[in-house]
Amino acid sequence: MKQFQYVRPAEAEAAVNALVKDPGARFVAGGTNLLDLMKRGVEAPDRLVDINRLPLKEIRKEKQEFHIGALALNSAVAEHRDIREGLPLLSQALLAGASAQLRNMATVGGNLLQRTRCPYFYDTAMPCNKRVPGSGCGALKGFNRMHAIFGASEHCIAVNPSDMNVALAALDATVHLSGPKGRRSIPVQDFHRLPGDHPEQDTVIEKNELITGVSIPRSPLKHVHYLKVRDRNSYAFALVSVAAALDLDGKLIRGARLAMGGVAHKPWRLTEAENFLIGKEISASSFQEASNLAMRGARAYEHNEFKLRLAPRSIVHALSIASGLVKA
Amino acid sequence: MAKEKSSKESRRNFLKKSTLITVAAMAPPAALKAAEEQWDERLAAAIENVPLQVEVNGSMHQVKIDPRVTLLGFLREHLHLTGTKKGCDYGQCGACTVHVDGKRVNSCLTLAVMNDGRKVTTIEGLANGKDLHPMQAAFIKHDGLQCGYCTPGQIMSAVACIRDGHAGTDEEIREFMSGNICRCGAYPNIVAAIKEVKGGSGV
Repeated sequence: MKQFQYVRPAEAEAAVNALVKDPGARFVAGGTNLLDLMKRGVEAPDRLVDINRLPLKEIRKEKQEFHIGALALNSAVAEHRDIREGLPLLSQALLAGASAQLRNMATVGGNLLQRTRCPYFYDTAMPCNKRVPGSGCGALKGFNRMHAIFGASEHCIAVNPSDMNVALAALDATVHLSGPKGRRSIPVQDFHRLPGDHPEQDTVIEKNELITGVSIPRSPLKHVHYLKVRDRNSYAFALVSVAAALDLDGKLIRGARLAMGGVAHKPWRLTEAENFLIGKEISASSFQEASNLAMRGARAYEHNEFKLRLAPRSIVHALSIASGLVKA
Repeated sequence: MAKEKSSKESRRNFLKKSTLITVAAMAPPAALKAAEEQWDERLAAAIENVPLQVEVNGSMHQVKIDPRVTLLGFLREHLHLTGTKKGCDYGQCGACTVHVDGKRVNSCLTLAVMNDGRKVTTIEGLANGKDLHPMQAAFIKHDGLQCGYCTPGQIMSAVACIRDGHAGTDEEIREFMSGNICRCGAYPNIVAAIKEVKGGSGV
């Protein structure tokens, strides 16, 4: 690991200042992704600004929304009583991610900024436009079983690996940022970006900005399920995941929110399918039709064609469990 | 993203150069001796090391340490507590699991200096003198290991699994122990050991 300077500020302003001073500086919170990348030489910061002493760990239920500090641990959020009761989809998604040990280290802010797990991004001997812009995409004609079927570009077909982000997208969360130019808030759907010509930018966060927290509106969508399909039962990244949330009146669907993970460079919201479901009755056929709509525009590569069949089936299954049509 | 090269010279190189200038002003034998003893490296290290105060298994340690050292490296190389194992070194296998302030973590993915002011418990801190911790005894009784390399991590994780209230069913135990890989495949026996301790008393 390359040598770096280590600083440990106690206030957000000091933390941002410590970053501003040095273009090669990075914030570190849980460290579960950054240290991994530093060991592999993908990241080599000159300075690490340890933000763990900032007062950003709070989990708060308010009248209209829940507020979660950027430094709240994934395990603390998943196990928090108010979150389990009020946002069970978020709790389920967090518990589907990583391992118990990693959830005790990883923070909400870090999870939002988690880098892709594309093996070409991690392997410094391989081309990767996300790691070294202009070097090419190793995955495009390489081993691309884990890769995107939506929204990819000729420069990058990597996927966002987070489970939490998928639930936050379905729940219409807002990301709060603080930087030298002040504070701003961004809907989580606009926070992560598609690769386009700049796959090196995962999100719209600006240089020297710090995530301070997320807020999530209290939701009438009580029927929820997070379905994660992976190569082993636990502790693996998603091949496909689905966050489904429904507001039901008997069998009638009054509201629907759907997002998919493992299929795109950002959590993939299924707006067309949501709109189709509103006003329909819960049934296998309406879920099937919704999933067909969701798959419009999907495109597979050499090794991930199975996702074109797995994804719609996963949507139907997640909706069926969320609505109580079938048992989990 | 292409990394911006800092125009500033690193502090370490500056220190090394300024030390060399001092050495050059000395008489040749003294300069040779200084080079042999790597004073430049030592001086740079002494200035760049970060103070760390951490309690490990009930003993307080105050050191100055290179910030690149992981908690795992600190435990094994500095404190010589080699019970905690380095498996993958990337947070994928769980062999390095320890408790920090009572929570299980992968000690390979946290820097030692990030644990300033915290309390760490390793496998060496689990037994009470010569009396094994109930989980250690249960692993022996149920043959919860073969080669034993993953065992310290499995046991630290198992203790936390019960303490966190996630040892209700076999399925739940397997889910909440999934961060600990056992290549010998002792999983059924590990589950049996955890179930016995859970049934017996609090951990």
